[in-house]
Amino acid sequence: MENLAQIAMESVNFQAIMPSLVLCCFGMVLLLVSVFLERGRTAPICWLSIIGLVVTGIISINGWNDPQAGFAGGVVLDNFATFFNLTCLIAAGLTILMSDSYLHREGYPVAEYYPLILFTTAGAMWMASGTDLMTIFLGLEVLSVSLYVLAGFFRGQLRSNEAGLKYFFLGAFSTGFMLYGVALLYGVTGTTKVAGIAEAIRLMPDASSNPMIIAGAILLSIGFLFKIGAAPFHMWTPDVYQGAPTPITAFMSAGPKAAAFAAFMRVTYISLDSLQVDMSAMFWVLAVLTMTIGNFVAIAQKDVKRMLAFSSISHAGYALVGMVAWNEVGFSGILFYMLVYTFMNIGAFAVLVLIGKQGEDNLTLDGMAGLGYKRPFLGVAMAIFLFSLMGLPPTAGFTGKFFIFAGALKAGYVWLAILGVLNSAVSLYYYLRVMVYMYFRDPVEDFSWVKMEMATIVSILIAIAGVLYLGVLPGPVMELAKLSIF
Amino acid sequence: MISVYHYMILSAILFAIGSFGVLTRKNMIVIFMCIELMLNSVNLTFIALSRHLGNMDGQIFVFFVMTVAAAEAAVGLALIIAFYRNKESIEVDDFRLLKW
Amino acid sequence: MEAMLFYLVALVSVISAFFVTKCRNPINSALCLVTTFLCLAVFYVMLQAPFMAAIQIMVYAGAIMVLIIFVIMLLNIGSVGKSRYTHGVAGAIVLSFLSFIVAAKFIAGGTVSKAVGDISAEVVQSYGHTELIGKAMFTEFLLPFEIASILLLVAIVGAVILSKRKV
Repeated sequence: MENLAQIAMESVNFQAIMPSLVLCCFGMVLLLVSVFLERGRTAPICWLSIIGLVVTGIISINGWNDPQAGFAGGVVLDNFATFFNLTCLIAAGLTILMSDSYLHREGYPVAEYYPLILFTTAGAMWMASGTDLMTIFLGLEVLSVSLYVLAGFFRGQLRSNEAGLKYFFLGAFSTGFMLYGVALLYGVTGTTKVAGIAEAIRLMPDASSNPMIIAGAILLSIGFLFKIGAAPFHMWTPDVYQGAPTPITAFMSAGPKAAAFAAFMRVTYISLDSLQVDMSAMFWVLAVLTMTIGNFVAIAQKDVKRMLAFSSISHAGYALVGMVAWNEVGFSGILFYMLVYTFMNIGAFAVLVLIGKQGEDNLTLDGMAGLGYKRPFLGVAMAIFLFSLMGLPPTAGFTGKFFIFAGALKAGYVWLAILGVLNSAVSLYYYLRVMVYMYFRDPVEDFSWVKMEMATIVSILIAIAGVLYLGVLPGPVMELAKLSIF
Repeated sequence: MISVYHYMILSAILFAIGSFGVLTRKNMIVIFMCIELMLNSVNLTFIALSRHLGNMDGQIFVFFVMTVAAAEAAVGLALIIAFYRNKESIEVDDFRLLKW
Repeated sequence: MEAMLFYLVALVSVISAFFVTKCRNPINSALCLVTTFLCLAVFYVMLQAPFMAAIQIMVYAGAIMVLIIFVIMLLNIGSVGKSRYTHGVAGAIVLSFLSFIVAAKFIAGGTVSKAVGDISAEVVQSYGHTELIGKAMFTEFLLPFEIASILLLVAIVGAVILSKRKV
């Protein structure tokens, strides 16, 4: 037995899971602390969770350029994982900042909300740093199960119930497909390690003609594409985004999506490298489909939250362009874009959180009429985020798209880049329409219910700073993204 | 002699039946059971392959799939109960507020 | 003998799986599902994985199915009236059948890897299946095991939050 313990201890490397470990500890401590607080008092938990995120962020940054592998090849904390970890931490931090006043306004001041966000973020970290399909799968499930709960968090509201249930059923369904893919890949290669699968496929003489590998790769991709929200697996996105509590929608559209991209990139880029031609072709079709469906359906939407859901589908499509390119520029472009997207999308949702009424998120286009005059700060903030989502300079949306399309051009996918730019042009229409309502329509409402909550304002300001900084001076962060490619 | 392919075909049949149920049934609890059926068919593949390949990875994976199934059962059924309290129904047709 | 047992149990499992999707009363579906789980447990024994067979019965047929049946009883759901299916049953039948054909073709056309490990039936018998599982789980797969504990914690907290009546 001592022998066994020795073997176990040899493979343990706590450095490799330090960020997620700290985050989980904070989550568990917060669960305990919340028991001793009186009901409805969530502010201390909120601030403690922010502290937890900051501490985790500092630990993550300390691990930069110091790759740590551990747990018998199950996990590796390289720059790639650190970059995505930081993206998810930022997403979680901005979400938590805007949450507290929102939860009180809606009448659900439940302290467990914050630990669940921390656990979701830890799940995202395991996805980003997992090098074993088992770790990635379990990380994905921690993330999904907490998000099912968070999407259905307002249990007295039918809308939230529906969102949670839809997310749950479609998520569990796609988990089934993903597992089947893992099983087939395991059967073909005899291992679930990402590097081991790559090795086994490389040694195979006829890898791309072995139908079981193809089937495994496709089924595995379905699981990730579902989480990313890429067409044709995007059906859940608009409904869940519209029904879930707004801060959760913001979080879902940024953090988990980035984590899914991280795991997807690691698996395809390392394990399925031998299938590059086939996978690239598949991504080409998916990217075009996703961009086009997202943008064209968004035009028809009246509800701003639902419109942003479709816009998030189209942004997943832009990021997929980087996967098609399959080169360093494209991959570092995805990393950069996910960070940019976190700032601009969460910022836009934070504005929606503030202008929503209690009990109903007053979010139709008509409801936004005149916002720019009645609440100038919120109007300007929303305008900045919308410009960034459109991809206009000098905002971060422009630089993000620029790097991704540059990757596609470098790999010779000229048409793909053209289609991407055309799609961005289409998206101008529905983003600009929101601006028109905000500034050129007479106000229907007086927005007297809008309370300028300090924490939410801070979250918006951070998002604006991020969008402008990454837009004007993309160099340093882009350099970091380039260093993050494995 | 029964080979690993027999088991894989059987599990593909079960998987197809499960996905058929998910796509067609109205009752949420039955849909949930069909999802469990799909996960179980994957488990069969894993164990058959693990036996064939002579390493334990597949069986460990099954262990975790069971954990995940248990966790999903708890959360999923809680969501169903919350929906039932508001709507007195467990049919997916009653998802009316958000377009499906 | 082994082949006969396989085909017999396979037949039972497929039929009961089919009735899971077909029964009007959710309780009947649940009982059919339990039958399928038991058939799978038989397969696990045939595949020299007795420990997995045991936890298949304890976790799936025991815990998860009891939970499902408990919820059915709690919500007091009777038989479904006229329509138990949503829409496009024919389409779904065709789709599932096609996907099965494709899957079967992929499986029949593909080749699984040759044995990569050294765990044969004899090794399982001499060591004991549980010991082998434990060894793998607490050495190589220690991290997934820990993550699973967080997953269960999240599920417990989530289930409590979602089903509490008062805030």
